Amino acid sequence: MPSNLWLIPILPFAGFLINGTVGRKLPRRAVTAIALLFTIYPAYIVMNLWLFMKSAGAPLAFTVTSGPWIAITGLHIDFAFTVDHLTLIMLGVVTGVGFLIHLYSAGYMAHEEGYWRFFAYLNLFMFFMSILVLSSSFLLLFVGWEGVGLASYLLVGFYFKKDSAANAGKKAFIVNRIGDFGFLLAMFLIVREFGSLDFTHVFNAISANPDWHGGILTAIALLLVLGATGKSAQIPLYIWLPDAMEGPTPVSALIHAATMVTAGIYMIARCHTLFDRSPYALAVVAIIGAATAIFAACIGMVQHDIKRVLAYSTVSQLGYMFLACGVGAYTAGIFHLLTHAFFKALLFLAAGSVIHSLSGEQDMRKMGGLRKRIPITFWTMTMGVFAIAGIPPLAGFFSKDEILYQAFISNNPLGKLLWFVGLVTAGMTAFYMFRLWFKTFFGPERFDEHTDLHDHGAAVHTHSGSHAVMVVDPEESHTHGVHESPWIMLFPLVVLAILSIIGGWVGVPAAMGGHNEIEHFLDPVFGTGAIAEASTSAASHGLELGLAAVSVLTALTGLFIAYLFYYKKPGTAAALAQRAPALYRLVENKFYMDEIYGAVIITPLLMFSRIFLGGLIDGGIVNGSGAAAAATTRGLGSLVRKVQSGNIRSYAGWLALGAAAVLLVMIFGRSIWPH
Amino acid sequence: MSAQVPIAAYLILAAILFSIGVAAFLIKRNLITVFMSIELMLNAVNLTFVAFSHMWHQVSGQIFVFFVMVVAAAEAAVGLAIIIAIFRTRQTLNVDQIDLMKS
Repeated sequence: MPSNLWLIPILPFAGFLINGTVGRKLPRRAVTAIALLFTIYPAYIVMNLWLFMKSAGAPLAFTVTSGPWIAITGLHIDFAFTVDHLTLIMLGVVTGVGFLIHLYSAGYMAHEEGYWRFFAYLNLFMFFMSILVLSSSFLLLFVGWEGVGLASYLLVGFYFKKDSAANAGKKAFIVNRIGDFGFLLAMFLIVREFGSLDFTHVFNAISANPDWHGGILTAIALLLVLGATGKSAQIPLYIWLPDAMEGPTPVSALIHAATMVTAGIYMIARCHTLFDRSPYALAVVAIIGAATAIFAACIGMVQHDIKRVLAYSTVSQLGYMFLACGVGAYTAGIFHLLTHAFFKALLFLAAGSVIHSLSGEQDMRKMGGLRKRIPITFWTMTMGVFAIAGIPPLAGFFSKDEILYQAFISNNPLGKLLWFVGLVTAGMTAFYMFRLWFKTFFGPERFDEHTDLHDHGAAVHTHSGSHAVMVVDPEESHTHGVHESPWIMLFPLVVLAILSIIGGWVGVPAAMGGHNEIEHFLDPVFGTGAIAEASTSAASHGLELGLAAVSVLTALTGLFIAYLFYYKKPGTAAALAQRAPALYRLVENKFYMDEIYGAVIITPLLMFSRIFLGGLIDGGIVNGSGAAAAATTRGLGSLVRKVQSGNIRSYAGWLALGAAAVLLVMIFGRSIWPH
Repeated sequence: MSAQVPIAAYLILAAILFSIGVAAFLIKRNLITVFMSIELMLNAVNLTFVAFSHMWHQVSGQIFVFFVMVVAAAEAAVGLAIIIAIFRTRQTLNVDQIDLMKS
């Protein structure tokens, strides 16, 4: 069993190599077959791995080592993979959801240029993501960490001919570099402190010393948090994720919702031994998480682009996971990571299906009434919306509730405040998701139908009200009316919808008559079993149920407000926005965060680069030294060139002079320098 | 036997001849004159060879002279052929104008 562990990352890499090199010449079917085969087999291995780990007598974790990777005095790093229960969950998400999204992409990207390139990148991503979750050391994790960043950059900038896409790719990469810098520094500190980067070694060293708190551990933890905020799009480095929506929708679903962005949470959970020793770092994580959750939810409420709403929702949900980690409820965080992977991938894919059916329209103001036109997409997306809004008994309810409950009962002095922020965010989440739902699927049809010659074509234009009707380009040949997506796209939707419904049932808390299986499953990793057991006494069951009721009520309130604003009386939201135009504009423009960053960080940095680095260092020293060397050579050359005149007589003259000089030395030299 | 001519006389004569040769080589522009000056230098050297050979009573110097003469003859044959070829193509024998190799 452990021997074919290597195939999990290597197969997608092989797919990347094949499609990346000769894919251009292969027919699309072959490209699809390669991409899908090389991702379904790892999923199959992971399934076997799962059965193996569940079987009786299986080790709690096992490591496969290929041999020393870096071996120098004082530092030894093996190229090794470790599988434990946490890795298993991540692997399941990466390979399972990854495969479904590959399948979906085969339909979604069918008419795109650069089909082979897309699948090559997607496979490359799978390779690095598997490395990331399988690695048994910080360094190998960092390899995967950087690799998924690269894949993300390539895929965000997939439509590289569009300036906005190319810029979004660069933004994602550069913002991530800031986080990676923190990660690197953390690794340096770990090497200095522990002399190793191996997880087991480092965490055992910490466990062996129970009195070790704060200090250097806080420094390492905070630097790791910086890395995590970059990858997982948290304040202050969240700004890249909304822009990353320039990439194709399956990419948004896979990388920017289900897997890559959760790497930061995975990393924090992986290093929980370290974080547990630094209450300060944990508090920072919790505060960042709560602040990001509510902040992003605020922005998400007023966005018009369907994918951007989902992007801000992702940032907000990732904030939840941070919050969970910050109050020490790693299991809850990973649980939410799991359910979020299901329902957010579903939402993105369904949004992609909507966009596909409208031939590329992403503005929700130009949608509406799609319920009847694309029923399967509608129903699957409905599952996703209800799941994320936290309506029981769907997946999001259990995981979100677990986080809120854990925040409430945590001994963090901010616990109650964090809980309240989380609760408000839950209400806002319900609001903006139902807003999306109502605007997209209900109400009048605000889109423009290009080639559909049926009778209601004329009606579309009349009731669009104040909204601008989409300008139709008659030259666009691929528009062929609103249509349901092909089955290759709907199948993943259906699977993910089912998972979004039942995915939460692995974590039904004892208070609701469940067993909270995921908690027991992750016990060997987090070792929180005893604490959780103690806290789930009979008395707290009532509290947990009460909190759950409160959060469901909040979600229903969000639903009700969205219903009022966007279904019952569609003008309400606009009227409200006009009441407080300044506030509305502030939120609609994302609190001007991009502009603030531009003014405070980017402009000074650019000035510094242009004037100091570009002008003085590059222009003065780098170019100057080159120019000086060239001038010296030229000067010497012009001196020596006179000797090489090409004039025979001058050569002869030099020859004669030289001979005369030799003669003189031979005759008189002896008297000058006696032996 | 008359009184011996001192070796210095031969050497001075050879030096004078050689210097004339060098000077002519450097000053004259006509290729044929240059060529002749080379012959002059060669013969100045020949003269020293013979003088020393006589002084030390050894034949090797004389043999060298024969070699030099043979080489000079061959060189004259080839050199004159080259000079004729140059004159045919360039219509001049001025060394300053034969500067194709000069960049």
